[in-house]
Amino acid sequence: MTDNDVAVVRPKQRSSGAPPGHAASAPSPGPAQARRRTGTTIRSRERWAALSFLSPWLIGLLAITIGPMIASFYLSFTDYSLGYGEWVGGENYARMLDDPRLANAIKVTAVYTFVSVPLQLAAALLLAIVLDRGLRGMAFYRSVFYLPSLLGGSVAIAIMWRQVFGTEGLVNQLLALFGIQGEGWVSHPDYALGTLIILHVWTFGSPMIIFLAGLRQIPSMYYEAAKIDGAGVLQRFWSVTLPLLTPIIFFNLVLQIINSFQSFTQAFIISSGKGGPADSTMFLTLYLYDQGFTQFDMGYASAIAWLLLAIIAIFTALNFLMSKFWVFYGDND
Amino acid sequence: MTETPTPAPARPRAKQSSATVGLKRFVFHLVLIAAAMVMIYPLLWMLSASLKPLDEIFSDPGLVPSSWEWGNYADGWNALPHPFEKYIWNSMVIVAGSILGNLVSCSMAAYAFARLKFPMRGMLFAIMLGTIMLPIHVVIIPQYILFNELGWVDTFWPLIVPKLLATDAFFVFLMVQFIRGLPKELDEAASIDGCGYWGTYLRVIMPLCMPALATTAIFTFIWTWNDFYSQLIYLRDVDLQTVPLALRLFMDSTGTTNWGALFAMSIVALGPIFGFFLAGQRYLVRGIATTGIK
Repeated sequence: MTDNDVAVVRPKQRSSGAPPGHAASAPSPGPAQARRRTGTTIRSRERWAALSFLSPWLIGLLAITIGPMIASFYLSFTDYSLGYGEWVGGENYARMLDDPRLANAIKVTAVYTFVSVPLQLAAALLLAIVLDRGLRGMAFYRSVFYLPSLLGGSVAIAIMWRQVFGTEGLVNQLLALFGIQGEGWVSHPDYALGTLIILHVWTFGSPMIIFLAGLRQIPSMYYEAAKIDGAGVLQRFWSVTLPLLTPIIFFNLVLQIINSFQSFTQAFIISSGKGGPADSTMFLTLYLYDQGFTQFDMGYASAIAWLLLAIIAIFTALNFLMSKFWVFYGDND
Repeated sequence: MTETPTPAPARPRAKQSSATVGLKRFVFHLVLIAAAMVMIYPLLWMLSASLKPLDEIFSDPGLVPSSWEWGNYADGWNALPHPFEKYIWNSMVIVAGSILGNLVSCSMAAYAFARLKFPMRGMLFAIMLGTIMLPIHVVIIPQYILFNELGWVDTFWPLIVPKLLATDAFFVFLMVQFIRGLPKELDEAASIDGCGYWGTYLRVIMPLCMPALATTAIFTFIWTWNDFYSQLIYLRDVDLQTVPLALRLFMDSTGTTNWGALFAMSIVALGPIFGFFLAGQRYLVRGIATTGIK
């Protein structure tokens, strides 16, 4: 029924010759009445349609994203715990200042992020460049390197990691072949975080796919020109590939830093939910979970959530600021 | 720098071809295969360990079990309060709801953003992009309180309803990008043929969006199947536990004494992802590449 309306209305409007925006303001009576209606109905019809198409998303935005964000900010100034809470002002934030476990959690998260992300991106870039040479079997290699990043976030893989790096795990069995007696990597405070970093690096597949797509967009004439000018393989990489790839590197960097600050599952599984041994795998997210959903100190947990958001926002902003010095956007300037 | 700035070097390289290039290529493949082996060895080893007798898991880094212990799978399947199919079923229910929710709600929002004109479109689009980056940790506590008030904790609703409301904005973005690539003449033709906005969305845009819908479905499957955090928070009832929660329960209770059975169930948990990976790799790669670049 509504379909027919539009079909009838549109040709009419077209024959009147007036642009739809002006129709509404036409002053004369009679035929203009019809014109006014058609002009506004089309526009308002489009608006109503847009509203109906957007309504699930809008409800979600308000009820599940923005509402809870505001609530979380408010809660961070209360001592809310399971249905009961009072305004305590900035007490939660003051409490952060002398909470050594929180300071440790920030440190652990930062070390994890700033060691694993560069290593992960370096591996992704290296493999992307190697695979971009159009070798036979390239699709096979790409699949093999990509697979871990699909599986890496799962509990099953974290369980596997726990065994692989355990006292009698695969790594130590392999080391024993060379006569080396390995540690219980996962249960040693000095090494447990390292195993999580290796796990993160292992999932370099998805940034690699993004690099591959970026490499394919570099016009081959640049390489030909560089070749004619006598540039060797390394020089072509340094002067052509790398500069043209910087926007993609930047994109991956921003994305991976944001993601890695939010890592949770692997550390939770490897440490049986405790962030141990000796808090050495206590990410901020684990500490937040511990405070909010184990101790049910949801006010303080909300404050931690906002600290996490602030940290992520600051590093993302820094990333954007620094990008001016190294990211190359074609012939913009 | 050490090379001469003339095209001359190209010649000798062409001459050295056959043997040297062949050798080079061979070494190249050798290195790549070695790297690929290192990458998937832990996975292959876990697969073989799920079939090994217990003592061998701790002593044999090789891939071939001395005797094939299929019993590990039977043990693992029945090691928890419920047989494992119960957890698979629970996971499947959440996955199915999430896929359906994402396909409908995200494509609707995407159509509006890509094709319709309405006030504040630019601002809303920017907000939508912003929510992709928003850490779930910032909203999880009030969400929990909200769902708790609604009596939805220990039901599947907190895991499915947000998907019905397009909170996975990543997929909205993915589909906006895709719809923008479709020629606008199609919409105009449809409207001349008497299609309203809903008609155009359902009969013209959606059928053409199949690749984007497939990407969305596959990613939603993998992410929901793998999801641990929100399931951990909302599902405490033993009857509602999902595959990741069951694995965690398994590991924390009996796992360290029965690795074979635990590995067997881990393989069961990874199986569907692997299947989707094989079947839908094209869509996965395209999804990552298009949203990544544009």
